[in-house]
Amino acid sequence: MADTATVDSADADEDIDLSALDDDDLIAQMHDDLYDGLGPEIVEGTELLLGRGWGADKVLNEALVEAMRIVGIDFRDGILFVPEVLLAANAMKAGMAVLRPLLAETGAEPIGKIVIGTVKGDIHDIGKNLVGMMLEGAGFEVVDLGINTDVDEFLAALAEHQPDILGMSALLTTTMPYMKVVVDTLIEQGLRDDYLVIVGGAPLNQEFGEAVGADAYCRDAAVAAETATDLIKARRAAAA
Amino acid sequence: MQAIVGSGGLEHIDVECLPAKLHNRPALIAPEVRARLDRLAQQGRTYEQILLGYGDCGSAGAIDDLCAEFERAHAAGDGPSMTRVPGAHCYEFFATAPRFDEMSEAEPATFYLTDYLARHFDLLVWQGLGIADHPELAELYFGNYRRVVLLTQTPDGAQRARIEACARAGADRLGLPLEIVETGYGELETTLTSVAAPGRSPVPSELAAPRRSPVPPELAAPRRSDEHQAAV
Repeated sequence: MADTATVDSADADEDIDLSALDDDDLIAQMHDDLYDGLGPEIVEGTELLLGRGWGADKVLNEALVEAMRIVGIDFRDGILFVPEVLLAANAMKAGMAVLRPLLAETGAEPIGKIVIGTVKGDIHDIGKNLVGMMLEGAGFEVVDLGINTDVDEFLAALAEHQPDILGMSALLTTTMPYMKVVVDTLIEQGLRDDYLVIVGGAPLNQEFGEAVGADAYCRDAAVAAETATDLIKARRAAAA
Repeated sequence: MQAIVGSGGLEHIDVECLPAKLHNRPALIAPEVRARLDRLAQQGRTYEQILLGYGDCGSAGAIDDLCAEFERAHAAGDGPSMTRVPGAHCYEFFATAPRFDEMSEAEPATFYLTDYLARHFDLLVWQGLGIADHPELAELYFGNYRRVVLLTQTPDGAQRARIEACARAGADRLGLPLEIVETGYGELETTLTSVAAPGRSPVPSELAAPRRSPVPPELAAPRRSDEHQAAV
């Protein structure tokens, strides 16, 4: 993370006084702290920026989402591994907990709504949870159905929440084919065109996404948030 | 794999072992296999056929891609044939696919151990996944699991008791109940003996479907030599 590092808090012998940093240095330091999974420091930095008059959405995007995006890139490049990503995500979650009520107070319309879940037979949710967090950071209302979600549960949630997007996750090559069961059921019931469908998970690839009939395959959480945003904008532009 | 080869009749097979911790970083498995094979070739150790003791093991098809690359070259008369043990997980082939599917369907929230993984639980799971340094990660990794199943390769006896004790200690750390299923070496043994038998074809292609996992990654390579050339 050489592009943002100013002070390596993990190696520092003494605590850094975040309040003594100007905004730019504080943001850079928060990127480092989130990268290092330092939740309390992220909360402190978040509160400092809010105290300096920053809007919650600006703190979210410039401090937390940007840092998590860097984490995602380094994970993809093999620099970080799952434990480090989980610690970073926990730090982001701590900052989100401060920001979430403030974001709700603004009354800003979400960019869109998405229903997400890990498919039937699969109980792995680390990736899905990261996606949910990044989507929330991108301004989505996220309805998370959790793990081991069967087609009936997906359909019921679509009917109840009327989202723009359905997102499905799988970690196992044995469970990822179930995504096609869900998409095929949408087609059978004449519902496929009502929703955008994105899929993701470690064993998936672009080819598989196309094979199951998804609108997009997303290789990581940051890409999922970007892709969801782009798909919604494109659909709305086409409808305008 | 070493145990199977050591049990007799397969002395013409060389076994090369890669670090088990690669399973915690599955994207590295295929590159490490390639690097090891390159190193063996540089040492003049060439083979007619190579069996990878991996399932897909979370490599997202990279191990299969590597095998396919070797197969293409082999078909063109360049280098050894290479395949892997069928299945998604290398713990799966101990149970055999039908039995594993049955267990997974009965309880998807199952964390599987093998003898090797049970013995090295602390190193590969607790330390390898960062839980030793960050205990809060345990819930994130294992919060959805409901049981641990030990797929043991060891028959009843003192050694089995030691392995069960290791598995129980691991399950206790995860706060999960332990079940024990004796599997032997399952499809690992049948695949290895099939590949190694003279005149036999390697793994049936329909069984080599990609899937994923953790356990001891090993790499068995029948050595090319005059007296053993016909073996695979």
